[in-house]
Amino acid sequence: MSLLEVRNLSVFYGVIQALKDICFKVEEGEIVTLIGANGAGKTTTMQSVIGLIPKQSGSVIYNGNDISKTSCHKIVHLGMSQVPEGRRIFQELTVYENLVMGAYSIKKNAGFKEDVERIYTRFPRLAERRNQVAGTLSGGEQQMLAMGRALMSRPKLLMLDEPSMGLSPLLVDQVFEIIKDINRDGTTILLVEQNAGKSLAISDRAYVLETGSIVKTGTGAELAASDDVKKAYLGG
Amino acid sequence: MKFIETLVNGLSMGSTYAMIALGYTMVYGIAKMLNFAHGDIIMVGGYMLFVILSMTGNPFLGLLAAVVFCVILGVCIEKVAYKPLRGASPLAVLITAIGVSYLLQSTAQIIFGTAPKMVNVADLGSISLGEINVPVYTLVTLACSMVIMTALTLFVKYTRTGRAMIAVSEDKGAAQLMGINVNKIIMITFAIGSALAAFAGLFMLMKSPSLTNTLGAMPGIKAFTAAVIGGIGSIPGAMLGGLLMGVVEAISLTVPAIAPYTDAIEFLILIIILLVRPTGILGKKRREKV
Repeated sequence: MSLLEVRNLSVFYGVIQALKDICFKVEEGEIVTLIGANGAGKTTTMQSVIGLIPKQSGSVIYNGNDISKTSCHKIVHLGMSQVPEGRRIFQELTVYENLVMGAYSIKKNAGFKEDVERIYTRFPRLAERRNQVAGTLSGGEQQMLAMGRALMSRPKLLMLDEPSMGLSPLLVDQVFEIIKDINRDGTTILLVEQNAGKSLAISDRAYVLETGSIVKTGTGAELAASDDVKKAYLGG
Repeated sequence: MKFIETLVNGLSMGSTYAMIALGYTMVYGIAKMLNFAHGDIIMVGGYMLFVILSMTGNPFLGLLAAVVFCVILGVCIEKVAYKPLRGASPLAVLITAIGVSYLLQSTAQIIFGTAPKMVNVADLGSISLGEINVPVYTLVTLACSMVIMTALTLFVKYTRTGRAMIAVSEDKGAAQLMGINVNKIIMITFAIGSALAAFAGLFMLMKSPSLTNTLGAMPGIKAFTAAVIGGIGSIPGAMLGGLLMGVVEAISLTVPAIAPYTDAIEFLILIIILLVRPTGILGKKRREKV
């Protein structure tokens, strides 16, 4: 049984169909990437899977539960977590308070302190700035905070929407290293990226999304070697 | 000495405004809507107090009943009138709120008629300290509201639900991604706002016992003004704005030359403050970082 299985998912914005019957799977322990150009439907896929925007048709099965009609906050309680596009950290709260919010879905949280320490070990910059208001962090630090916050709910499946967007090349490399690390520690990853080269390099499998449809799938290495993908997403 | 009396009176009136302004500002911050029926919750609380007081004579029982009834009413209004409009245009929500306001006022008029009811909560008399002489109800109002506002501040800052309220007010989508049930948080916000309005009703009737179906109309508008002056969406802003309004009102009322223009002066202050600081005194300008 797959950890996440999306079957014939369609999403509309008014009359415009953003996703057309897409199907994909994420197996436990994998890193799976959706690559695609701007407007291909990557963020729509992420938001509709976790219930932030409604699905018109199709089903989403997560960890054996049908979550097609489940609201977002309940899906999060089932162990799915998302780093949204644009990070969307709570700007007026401190770094620490953002992490507290990340753990909201765990009631009677006995392991909270250890979780926070683990995040601080993984992201030392957050430890340095724990009492700083999050809105004053740099873009890279905000991305680290968004990832740390998403990990505080101890997700089985972590979804990351464009985690490398707007970051310097050095930070981009660091973000992909961290994603690999998180996966090695046992968290399944569903990644959406425009940076196809870097994301395919760390992915077990990947899907290519074009104007709302999945047009190609394969292992990360297969897609990275494919001529179509090279031409469209890897700059030749 | 006269000045201290005026100040105490103003702070007492101001803390009543602050209690009402908190309802406006919290609902605005969290549900992003202007609940123009909020002032009328005060009036409903007043009538509840009147009914229980005339039945039992016990002001505490009256207050309890008013708070409970207002909380239930506030939550029901949100469920029936506002929740179906989530995501609708702000104008539709505003018109609905005004409609709810008239509905409450008219219902009260049908039940209780147009003649004012006299609500004598308790005769507390006044207290003298040297040359200073202040009515006890002003001190009761001031003390109660300070306790309530402190409790509210601590609740928002340190409890799980309070933090969830901050998260929802900042980013509804991100809050959902934390596992926060946004609808539940909005419901709790309406409940808290309505409870504060019930207290405000009691304070107003202690000051002046005449109760009509428009009891909440003018204080509602003034408290809304106070919330905007303080920075709508900001809890300390609503408290500050409310106190400021009350003090300005009390001072203005003691100067015979400007006393008749007191309301105009208060709204003039709103205009001036918005010209200088369009987001209000404690309102934040949101910085976007890419």
